[in-house]
Amino acid sequence: MRKWVSAILLGFVAAGFFIVLSDIPFGNNRMDVAKYYIDNGITETGAVNIVTAVVVNYRALDTLGEVTVLFVASLGLGALLHAGKDGSGNKQRASLVVRTGSRILFPLILLFGAYIFVHGHLTPGGGFQGGAVIASAFLLQYLAYRHYSIDRQKFSVVESISGSAFVVVGLLGLAIGGYFLSNFLDKGVPYSLFSAGVIPVLYVAIGLKVGAELAGIVAGLMESGRG
Amino acid sequence: MIYSALLILTMIIAAVAACWLKDLLNVVIACAAVSLIASLLFYLLQAPDVAMAEAAIGAGLTTAIFVLAIRRTGRYEE
Repeated sequence: MRKWVSAILLGFVAAGFFIVLSDIPFGNNRMDVAKYYIDNGITETGAVNIVTAVVVNYRALDTLGEVTVLFVASLGLGALLHAGKDGSGNKQRASLVVRTGSRILFPLILLFGAYIFVHGHLTPGGGFQGGAVIASAFLLQYLAYRHYSIDRQKFSVVESISGSAFVVVGLLGLAIGGYFLSNFLDKGVPYSLFSAGVIPVLYVAIGLKVGAELAGIVAGLMESGRG
Repeated sequence: MIYSALLILTMIIAAVAACWLKDLLNVVIACAAVSLIASLLFYLLQAPDVAMAEAAIGAGLTTAIFVLAIRRTGRYEE
């Protein structure tokens, strides 16, 4: 009985979607805003990567919200994991290949993550991707060494400072440029590293914040299982 | 074109497997496969920014976090 009811409801939802979506011609450009970004993005923001221009300039406020969501999620996870600790740890040692490989790869992965978010306005990628790469470097260390442990106090300091830097840059934009997160620095020459005004500053802040947060999540999960 | 079709087919198979399997470790691997193929498809569709985020977060960190969560709970679905 319940299965039939849910099947009928599902049919109604599918029919509704079909009726609405069948009116929209597939593959046509329905919005002019994308064209505006492509035409004016480089001159208005100085960022060659248009995705970055949208994420950290036109829609920077949304990015602040996104960073906040991640922060709240990691806070909740930290609170949950702090409550209970059990003694079952990983007893097996990682193999020699994993240990040696992680020793060689760890600085390179960190460097690559930093490269991604420093060049966010020039090449694909940015703060979130670079931060995730940095966190994966710490995950590799945790997998390779049984007694590896990061100093989570320092990580939360980095996280707090970079998170505050985002808001401070936004407020400076409000004071100098007239609206929150306005691009008040010199836009410079496109395609050069020091260009696009506040975008690289914001992306470095986001990269450090996301990296510290995700590394903290990984550390919390790995260490709570270790006891 | 044929590569994309092949990738999408593999992705659908992995997604269905993730629903059917009872061993949650296998499910996590199937989910990681879906994410990895999704990131490849994003790259083929000329969205490298999204592809990087999907590969790093979807295929990398999420898989690790799920495995750690399984280690702290139960491995098999009743």
